Amino acid sequence: MSIDRETVDHVALLARLALTEKERERLREQMSSLLEHINLIAEADTSQVPATAHVLPLSNVMAEDKVVPSMPTADLLANAPAREETYFRVQAVLDEE
Amino acid sequence: MLRLREISSMELTRAHLDRIEQVEGSVRAFVTVTEDEAMREAEHVDQLRREGAKLGPLAGIPIAIKDVLCTKGIVTTCSSRMLEHFKPPFDATVIKKLRAAHAIMLGKTNMDEFAMGSSTENSAFFPTRNPWDLERVPGGSSGGSAAAVAAGEAMASLGSDTGGSVRQPGALTNTVALKPTYGRVSRFGLIAFASSLDQIGPFTRNAQDAALMMQTISGHDPLDSTAMNETVPDYAAALTGDIKGMRIGVPKEYFVEGIEPGVRASVDAAIKQFEALGAEIGECSLPHTKYGIAAYYIIAPAECSANLARYDGVRYGFSARDTSGDIIAAMSETREQGFGAEVKRRIMLGTYALSSGYYDAYYLKAEKVRTLIKQDFDAAFGRFDALICPTTPGVAFKLGAKTADPYTMYLNDVFTIPANLAGICGVSFPGEFSEGLPVGVQLLGPAFGEPTLLRLVDAFQRVTDYHTRMPEVATKRKSAARKRR
Repeated sequence: MSIDRETVDHVALLARLALTEKERERLREQMSSLLEHINLIAEADTSQVPATAHVLPLSNVMAEDKVVPSMPTADLLANAPAREETYFRVQAVLDEE
Repeated sequence: MLRLREISSMELTRAHLDRIEQVEGSVRAFVTVTEDEAMREAEHVDQLRREGAKLGPLAGIPIAIKDVLCTKGIVTTCSSRMLEHFKPPFDATVIKKLRAAHAIMLGKTNMDEFAMGSSTENSAFFPTRNPWDLERVPGGSSGGSAAAVAAGEAMASLGSDTGGSVRQPGALTNTVALKPTYGRVSRFGLIAFASSLDQIGPFTRNAQDAALMMQTISGHDPLDSTAMNETVPDYAAALTGDIKGMRIGVPKEYFVEGIEPGVRASVDAAIKQFEALGAEIGECSLPHTKYGIAAYYIIAPAECSANLARYDGVRYGFSARDTSGDIIAAMSETREQGFGAEVKRRIMLGTYALSSGYYDAYYLKAEKVRTLIKQDFDAAFGRFDALICPTTPGVAFKLGAKTADPYTMYLNDVFTIPANLAGICGVSFPGEFSEGLPVGVQLLGPAFGEPTLLRLVDAFQRVTDYHTRMPEVATKRKSAARKRR
C-alpha cells in the first residue's frame, strides 16, 4: 500500500510535527514500505475473537479516596521552559479578534 | 564478601567507578555517571553495616539504571534532545525500592531514544559499543544497561522491555536479561513508550542475581494501577537446581529460515542440556507467530503516538516556542527539533494507524491478532512449563549494518515481540558462543512464571560456564559520560 504526500502532510499536522520537505518525502517512502509488511495482518482470521487492548485480568482499579500531600509547586515548575508566578506560561491559544 | 566485611561498599563502588573510567572511552554505556552520590551512598551503607544494621542482599551493590527511569534531581534524558536537561521531581518506584534496599546507583545508561530501537544507535547523544566487539552494537533499546553489566562496569542494571529491549541486548552481550510478566513490576516513573507492552526488567550475570533483583523490584504499587496485587514469591528459593520432569516446549515457528546456524546450534545444545538435566522436551506450535511483528508495529507506534503527545514544550523538556506566535506552529517546531528520526517515524506511523478511516483496518485488527497470539501461548502453557527458542535470529551486528531500512532493524525482535503482546514473561541467558560472540537462548513462561524460568536458567548455569565469560575490553582512558549536571 502506497501513501501519498497529502496523507503524510495530514498525519504530520495531526501529530504536530513540523517535518522538513526531505523528511516528508522519506517518510512517504518508508511508511509505504512498512505498511506493505504490516498489511500481512489482514490475512489473519479474526472473525471469532475479541480485541485485546491489554492483557491484565483487571478492570476499574479503585484507590482509596484519601488526601495526601501534593508535590511542591516549585518542584513541579522547576522544569518549565517558561513560567509566571505559580503558572506555566503558554502562548495565546485563542485569537484576539 | 560485603557481609563478611572482606570488602567495603566504598571499595566495591570505587572499583566499579574505576572500571567505568577505564572502559567508558570505548564502550560508552553511560549517559551520566553519578560518582559523588554513589560514593556517598556507599559510605552510608558501610556505616550501617558497622552499626550492625540488618541489610538485604543488594545493600552496597553497584547498579546501573537505564535513562528511561526517573531519578529525583538527577537528569533523566531518555537519550533524547527532548529531555536532555530534564530533572524529575520524583523517583520511579523501582528506584525507591532499590534505594530502600541500599543498592548503589552508579549512573544512568544510554539507550535508543525513548526506547525505540534495537541497537542503541538511535540515542541522540552517541551509540554504545558492544564490549565483546567494539565494532558491533550491544543491541537495544537498553544497550547501555546491557553493555555496562557485560563490561564489568556494574554488577547489575535495569532496563525496559517493550518488544525485546531487555532480552535482545542481553542476548548480544552475554548477560541474563529478564522481562517480567506485564503487571509484575510497577512502572511508576518509567517514561512511557507503549503502555500496554512496557515492562521493567533486570540485567545480571547469573540467575541468582536476577532472583535478587526481581525480589526487590516486584510487587503492587498504588501509584501504578497496572502493577498487580499478586503475591511476590521467594525467587531465590525457586533455584533448587532440580528441573527433573519439567516440561519444555519447542515452538516450531521459532526455528525457521533466517536464523544464523551458530545461533541455531547454541539453542539446540541448550535443549540437549536441559534434557540431560531431566527436563521433558516436546514440540509445540504457536501458529500466529508470523503476525507478531505486524501487530506490534501497529500497536506500539499507536500507543507511542499518544504517549509522546505530552511533549509540547510547555511543562517540561525542550521548547522552541519563541519561533512563532502561533501555538500549533511552536508545538510542531518543538517536536520537530526535539525528536530524532526513529521517534518521528513511529509517531507518524502510529498517528496514521489511529487516524480516521484506518483505525479498524490497523489498530483494531492488530488488537484482535494480539488475542490470537495470546491464545497460542495459553494453549502451549497448558502442556508446557516453559518454551525454549532463540532470543534473536543472529549475533551482534556491526554498527550501521541495519540503519538504512527500518524493517531490517525491526526483524531483530521477531522472537521477543510475541511475549510482550501476550504479557507473559521471558528471559534471555548466555548459551554456547558463535564465532567468539555471545548467543542468547530464550525461555518463555506463562504469566507470573518467573520462578520457573529462573530455576531453569540456574540449573543450566550450574553445569555450564558461558555466563562466567567476560570480554576483554580495550581500555581507553577518556570518560565519555558527562558527570552529573
